[in-house]
Order: sequence, then C-alpha cells, then structure tokens
Amino acid sequence: MNFMGYVRPDGKAGSRNYVAVIPSVVCANEVVDAIVSQTINTKGLLHHQGCCQLPPDLDRVTDTLIALGLHPNAGAVLIVSLGCEGTDVEKLYHTIKASGKPVEVIGIQDLGGMTNAIAAGVKAAQKLSMAISGILRQPVDISNYIMGIKCGGSDATSGLASNCVIGYVADKIVDLGGTVVFGETTEFIGAEHILARRGVTPEVGEKIYEKVAAMEARAKSLGCDMRKGQPTPGNIAGGLSSIEEKSLGAIVKSGTKPIQGVLEYTDIVTDEKGLWIKDTPGREIEILTGMAATGAQCILFSTGRGAPQGFPILPVLKICGNPNTYEHMQNDMDINAGRIIEGRASIEEVGEEAFAQLLRILSGEQTKGETIKYSQSMDIYTMGPVI
Amino acid sequence: MADILALKVNDKDNVATIFANDVKAGMSVNIRDKKGNSVPEKLRADIPYGHKVAVKPIKKGEPIIKYGEEIGVAIADILVGDYVHVHNLDSQRARGDLEGQEV
Repeated sequence: MNFMGYVRPDGKAGSRNYVAVIPSVVCANEVVDAIVSQTINTKGLLHHQGCCQLPPDLDRVTDTLIALGLHPNAGAVLIVSLGCEGTDVEKLYHTIKASGKPVEVIGIQDLGGMTNAIAAGVKAAQKLSMAISGILRQPVDISNYIMGIKCGGSDATSGLASNCVIGYVADKIVDLGGTVVFGETTEFIGAEHILARRGVTPEVGEKIYEKVAAMEARAKSLGCDMRKGQPTPGNIAGGLSSIEEKSLGAIVKSGTKPIQGVLEYTDIVTDEKGLWIKDTPGREIEILTGMAATGAQCILFSTGRGAPQGFPILPVLKICGNPNTYEHMQNDMDINAGRIIEGRASIEEVGEEAFAQLLRILSGEQTKGETIKYSQSMDIYTMGPVI
Repeated sequence: MADILALKVNDKDNVATIFANDVKAGMSVNIRDKKGNSVPEKLRADIPYGHKVAVKPIKKGEPIIKYGEEIGVAIADILVGDYVHVHNLDSQRARGDLEGQEV
C-alpha cells in the first residue's frame, strides 16, 4: 500500500515539502518570523530554548533541532543563529548537511543585526525554496510512515471513542510494516505493568518502569505525588473505578502490538519498525515537537473537549470523540468519532475512515488545522533550571 | 423508545460502558462491540452515563476486564446486568476514594 511522498536524499519520505527555518535560540525568533512571512513554502520552527541552560539541556536543544532539521518534511533547512547562544550551531549545521539536503546558516551578530539578517535570510530562504519547489511526489510504501500519537483536551468520550479509533489505526500501520510512536509517560502511571508486559524483551519492560519512576521522582522533588488521589473524585463520579481503568483509556490509543523499545525525547526512530514509546510529557507543544523529532510525517491527535493545536511542518489529524464538540468545532476537528458513542458507527468503521483520510493527508490533502495555520504548537522539553 | 447503548471495546471485556442518560433497572440495553454487533441485555440496576455494566458473570476475586486488561478485582459476586464501580471493584494499583488505606 502506497502514499504519495517526497523522497529525500537519505531515503526518507516526507508528506510535505517545506524549507524549515530553524532559530538556534529563542533570540532569533523575530528574524525567523520575518523571513517566513516574506517567502513561500517556508515554516519557522520557533521555540524558547538554547541559552542560559545547563549542558544536558543544551544538548537536548541541539539534538532536538537536529532531529527536526533531518525530518523528511523539511526539503531544505535555513538555520538562523544569534552568535552567542549555547546551542551547538556547528553540530546542527553539519549533521543536517550530512543528510544530503540543502542547508544554509546565517548569524545575526555576524551580519550586523536584525535588518541585515532578515535581508540575508530572505535571500537564502528564496534560494532554498526555489531549489526544492520542483520536487515531485512519488509512490512510497506505507511502511515508510512513522505515526505519531497524541491525546489532549480529553473527556469521558476519549477513552471509548477517539483513542480506540487511533488504536485501531496504530495496529493497522504496524501490520502494514510501518512505525508507530506514542508518549505521555505521566499517563502510564497505574498501567505501567500492562505496558511492561507488552515489551518485546524484559529489558524494554524495565525501561518503561524506569521512565515512569523518573517522571514521578521529578514531581516528588517539587513536593507533588502524582499517584495520590488517582483517580480523582471527578473521575470516579464520571465512571472511572480505578487508576488502571483511567490509564488504559489513555494508552488504548497505542493499539495492541508489542512494544519494541523506549526512545529518548530527542531520538529519531531507528529502522526497526513496529510500536515504540517515546519519553515525553503530555503538554501539546513539547509532545508534538517530540513526535516530530521522531520523524512522524503525520500525528493522529485524539480529543474530546476540542484541542486544536498543530505543528509547523507536519499535518496533525484531529479525531474528536465527543459528538457535541465535533459539531461545535467543525472547522478544527477532522474526524467525528463521536458517532461511536451515539451508536451510529463502530470503532472499526471510524478506524477505517481515519486510515483512508490519513493516506490522503500523507499524499497532500490538507487537515483543517493546516489550512487555517493553526500550527505553532512547538517547544522543546527541557529538564533543568534556567540560569 | 430509543436504544440504550453500552460499548464493549475488547472481546475479552466483562464490562461495557453505558452511553445514555436516565438508565434504570429493568431496562434493556444494547451491548455493542468494536465491529458494531449488538447483543441485548437486561439491567439489574440504575446506571449513570459513562459508568459500567457487567456483561458476563464475575465471581468474587475474579478480574474485571476492560480494554482487554484487568482494571481491578471483584469484591463481591457480580451478575450480568449489574452496575460495576468502586462498590464492587477493587483496584490493585491505586484508588482515589481509598487514599491512605491498603488496597
């Protein structure tokens, strides 16, 4: 089974063909904004990191930006540097360059300030945009697809409608030889034993326990016990009887396949296909960035309340479990999984519909969020203090 | 009257979730699976929207299964059509209403 994708020099296949304009540090965001607004097919990957952070966080920032530069939806990359940041701009430039795609870098301090940098950046972006503008889509086997998953703005319908639909699609992608990545480590609490059992080796299971424990320990260092009081009185009033039930409702979106391993936040998926976990928080900006860093060409996003976020360089397909929210937010929500809880469609029917739409979106059809530019939910997940 | 819907996500599940309001004991409910097949069942209790009904008999000490996985253990014998919640289900991991007690 094929989708129509852009094949890159390193053999990866993109669902979009953009010039990614990457600020190496928060201080370059305004310059990136100006460049992107003056050129077409360019997308700014704005974030708030890259300076006055501890070395492990600066490494995370550099590695995340490298992974985004290597993303197959970026046909070319323009890096905008300030000049005195902590991000390793040399490594960023050379690693992306080694993949074979065109890369340029400009420095704001080097060029004599913002106005000169904008002028140089627009010229560079124009050249890069023209260089990739003639690349044509070609048939690519679906096994080249990396599916990212996210659930946000959940309600009582999420665990029984939209998450089940995504789980159905996830199983299907794995069966077709593709890759699926899910995250939200905080939501594993209470069901980590079930996930660990799904690991292909005992080591994978141990790694899952380790990641959950590390997340809980970080919360405890701030005096918060994430397990305490779960499920909440509100959850119990809503029908959830145990923390296992609550967490299973979240992880049902991963489907039922064995878990191949646990990826760090900055990791790109390896050539090993199948279902993977990525250690991410649940907040949209950081998880969408983490999923994009994985190489996901389209993220499937489940919601009940109506979470509308998107990401600059890739489509985010919105699957809404609540029929009222779908009616109310039709310009943001792509698929109405609320028909499941109305008894009008089965999980399998909506799952097949989502899969068919996913293939079209990978081939160029736009999501609702893309067409209205709801696409700036990006930031990099860091651990330590800002100094 | 309109059909009362209860969704069963996984074939292994012994509970289903009610998606209808004002559901009372004695009413008939359609237990719908992933593929859309429905089986009627008579309710033995009033069950609120979003709460669970047993679709198989569950003996005390047996696991309660949803999403094909164990969400807790029965602390009383449960019959088909019974309401399943914190009054007859005990978590093996954590339960908010039992905070501070051993579970």
